[in-house]
Amino acid sequence: MHRSIFGFIWHYSKRQQIWVIFVTFASFPFLYYSLDLPKTIVDEAIGGQADFPIDLFGLGFFQLEQIPYLFTLSGLFLFLVVLNGGFKYYINVYRGQLGERMLRRLRFELYSRVLRFRLPQFKRMSSGEIIPMITSEVEPMGGFIGDAFALPAFQGGTLVVYIAFIFIQDPILGAAAISLYPVQGYIIPKLQRRVNQLGKQRVLTVRRLADRVGETVSGSPEIHANDTAALHMADIAGQLGRIFDIRFEIFRRKFFIKFLNNFLNQLTPFFFYAIGGYLVIIGNLSFGALVAVLAAYKDLAGPWKELLTYYQMKEDIRIKYEQVVEQFQPPDIMPAEQITADETLPGDLPGILRFSNVSFSEDGTLPALEGFTADLPTDRHVAVLGTGSSGKDELMMLLARLIVPSAGRIRLGEHDFAELPEAVVGRRFGYVGAGAFVFTDTLRGNLFYGLKHRPGAAPARDAEAEADFRRWTAEAVASGNPEHDREADWIDYAAAGAEGPEDLERKALEVLRGVDLSTDVYRFGLNGTIDPGERRSLADKVLEARTALAERLREPDNADLVELFDENRFNTSATVAENLLFGTPVGPEFSLERMAENAYVLSVLDKAGLTETMIRMGAEVAETMIELFADLPPGHEFFEQFSFIGSDDLPDYQPLVARVRKQGIEGLEPEARTRLLSLPFKLIPSRHRLGMIDDAMMERFLEARRLFARDLPEPLRGAVEFFDAERYNTAATIQDNMLFGKVRYGRAGTQEKVQALIRQTVKALDLREPVMAVGLDHFCGVAGARLGAAQRQKLALARAVLKRPDVLIVHEATAVLDGASQTHVHAWLRERQAGKGLFWAVHRPSLARDMDEVIVLQRGRLAQRGRFEDLHQEDSALRALLDAE
Amino acid sequence: MSLAEEVDLLKRIPLFQNIETSKLKLLAFTSERVTFKEGESLFHQGEMGDSAYIIVEGEADVEVDTPSGPTVVATVGKNDFVGEIAILCDVPRTATVRARTALVTLCISKDLFFRLITEFPQMAVEIMRVLAQRLEKTTKAAAAHNAE
Repeated sequence: MHRSIFGFIWHYSKRQQIWVIFVTFASFPFLYYSLDLPKTIVDEAIGGQADFPIDLFGLGFFQLEQIPYLFTLSGLFLFLVVLNGGFKYYINVYRGQLGERMLRRLRFELYSRVLRFRLPQFKRMSSGEIIPMITSEVEPMGGFIGDAFALPAFQGGTLVVYIAFIFIQDPILGAAAISLYPVQGYIIPKLQRRVNQLGKQRVLTVRRLADRVGETVSGSPEIHANDTAALHMADIAGQLGRIFDIRFEIFRRKFFIKFLNNFLNQLTPFFFYAIGGYLVIIGNLSFGALVAVLAAYKDLAGPWKELLTYYQMKEDIRIKYEQVVEQFQPPDIMPAEQITADETLPGDLPGILRFSNVSFSEDGTLPALEGFTADLPTDRHVAVLGTGSSGKDELMMLLARLIVPSAGRIRLGEHDFAELPEAVVGRRFGYVGAGAFVFTDTLRGNLFYGLKHRPGAAPARDAEAEADFRRWTAEAVASGNPEHDREADWIDYAAAGAEGPEDLERKALEVLRGVDLSTDVYRFGLNGTIDPGERRSLADKVLEARTALAERLREPDNADLVELFDENRFNTSATVAENLLFGTPVGPEFSLERMAENAYVLSVLDKAGLTETMIRMGAEVAETMIELFADLPPGHEFFEQFSFIGSDDLPDYQPLVARVRKQGIEGLEPEARTRLLSLPFKLIPSRHRLGMIDDAMMERFLEARRLFARDLPEPLRGAVEFFDAERYNTAATIQDNMLFGKVRYGRAGTQEKVQALIRQTVKALDLREPVMAVGLDHFCGVAGARLGAAQRQKLALARAVLKRPDVLIVHEATAVLDGASQTHVHAWLRERQAGKGLFWAVHRPSLARDMDEVIVLQRGRLAQRGRFEDLHQEDSALRALLDAE
Repeated sequence: MSLAEEVDLLKRIPLFQNIETSKLKLLAFTSERVTFKEGESLFHQGEMGDSAYIIVEGEADVEVDTPSGPTVVATVGKNDFVGEIAILCDVPRTATVRARTALVTLCISKDLFFRLITEFPQMAVEIMRVLAQRLEKTTKAAAAHNAE
């Protein structure tokens, strides 16, 4: 990367910069003429100092009297104004585009460097430091890059034009105009130097602040567990104080420079009035010329100020750039080709990974692995054993080429392992660590992640989209970004041994079974929603399951498990809101929280004569809630679990309830009515047992339900998906679609029995796999937060296995799995990798028992190697580890 | 059965006699009413327990596994409290409780139970009293058994 920002700018945009400068200079003659013209207008056209009729341009064609001459010149002036504006506009837009492209290039370059960092680099640099560098710190550079050459050229040129103009009018005035420039040119850089130093400090302190904030976010459990919030607040306050000092100092100095500059600029007109006035009086200078000079001088202040700002900005940006780039130039950065090269190793993987005298140490510390020499087979199953500091971790990472030896060499066949492109290592080798990372994506996205090396088939685009895409790509290339199509199908089906998407899905489900994740995925699927338009056959099958399930639910044993939805019956296991809608809300209009505010809902209640009743019910509910929960401390868990009213809102309801008790609900203001009205919607009669909804009331709600459906206006049709025994409900989960009802409250073991019935039905209809396929669309949350630790590890194992690696490296990846899962997963992994390579750093030495070979490391050195039975001797390293288990 | 009726029922249970109505209402509201059919079991001996039951209606047998098969050691009925040992001491269920008739219970989860007794010390005292009475009964029985 270029050490200086000007080097960077010049290297990537010299042609554009030259073009901007060229256009800028091309605009100067017009600028000059637009300055000169007012003089002619004042002196000749208005002052009448010429002989009329005048011969315009001296060509003999246009003979003009004074008035037409004035208008012609004024028109010309107007034309020049437009032309100058046009030039400015063009130059500004061009500069803007140039700057943005360069910013994009710079950001991309920085990001791709992050991808090229070796892992140990991330121990030296935190994401809290890296992120602001790529995002906010380089941001102002975009604006500057467009200006880098053009602005000094333009403003400097403008300045020269103005000065030249003044000189031509009168050399003495010209000299007066520029007399203070040398002073400014000497003092200002001197003052600026200190500002630069401060700027450097500012960048560093802000970066440190970002780092500390990042630390607070990731370390927040520790902070709360240790009551150290005050310490962190003091620390941050200290950082902020330092930043304040620096920034304030910068401001003071910057504005002092501005002040000085302004003062010196204001000094010059003094010379004009004095000397210029004197010259006009004695007749050495025309009055028009003085006016023009004064006008030009007023315009002179603009470019001069711009140049000064540019100078300050340039210094600021130069420092920022240097400080960012410095961080992205670690000496051990991977060559770019290693991550971008496309060539793969054809054919079988060489059978031996030859370690010769390999050592690994970080930053010259004690080597974690030392003098490791061994021929490791890439087609057998090897267990790697050792204690925490045995060098086991490093060996596993070396095997996956996540780190490279600091001394010695690893060869794969005739290739230097350290130099193979990732297109080889990342595809033929699989690695699963102990705390595998899950991306913020669906299960499917994460599972197929290991197959997405390069873009495959582009999506179908119509002519317009295609044109857009071409423009998009051309723009990417103009900024040095890769042309890869983000929207293409990136999945390499062949790598998973699949013929296409469906086959891959089948293979994925198989792998999920292997890693013991299929039950979870099945559950995700049941709780997932589908678009029946896209998965017609599944939706039909679910409807079939609904019928079958209803059949089962009619059996005497199951009769009271589920309260099915019935258009003509009030469902006591569902909320009042659901009973009214008789459907699932889509979007916010009819959501449970918003029901009482919805104008249409209110109109329906009015029509059914339920509004007052509902408000009264609301008051009653509120009263009960206050009675039950008022004594509890705010924030008590009961509020969240049981109360209809949050602890924060409860005090607001107290006076309301008191008022209703005294005066009834008449005369309540609309806001209070809405508040009370919102409560009974959440009521589930059979669960809350408040005894408010009797048979007569149910009838009235049924009436309201009919009205609601009958009069629903067209624009709201999409906001609710009605329950319909014959139709798939798009807004509800698959499970709810199968049940088409609510599990009843108050019967022992109902949930389990219903689940069992669903399971049987799913099995009978062969729905398990399609439901699991829906489960693949389960969103894993930010960094997999919606999955448990064991689920994440299983997912990572599945991801690594799905790409069918020749060598699988498993680094204590199964330690968080429960016992039964471990046994299952271990056996399956062994079977899956049969005939291929498997390096397994086992978390319990006894797991190494039936592996082909065992390697035992001790204090960074190879202690033992061989078959488990042979190594299992008295006083052996293996025995020591086994005894410690 | 509505909440108000449940509260009335609870009031008649000795364990809750001295507790204010509003607290009983909270208990009734936050616990789940669970019904069992005849022959269904509330829980099995040896399982880990996560809830206790107050019998509101019906009768249930308390069975203990012995080498010769399960033996009924006691019968519990209306207003009795079962299953509290497992959640108080975090031990597996010490007996199986099976509904002898159709049974209506109030199921109090472990969390709720602990929260209630920390929230309302008078309830903790009541529970202590009940447990102490049981202990006394068992001690006497053991003494009688030894004397035989």
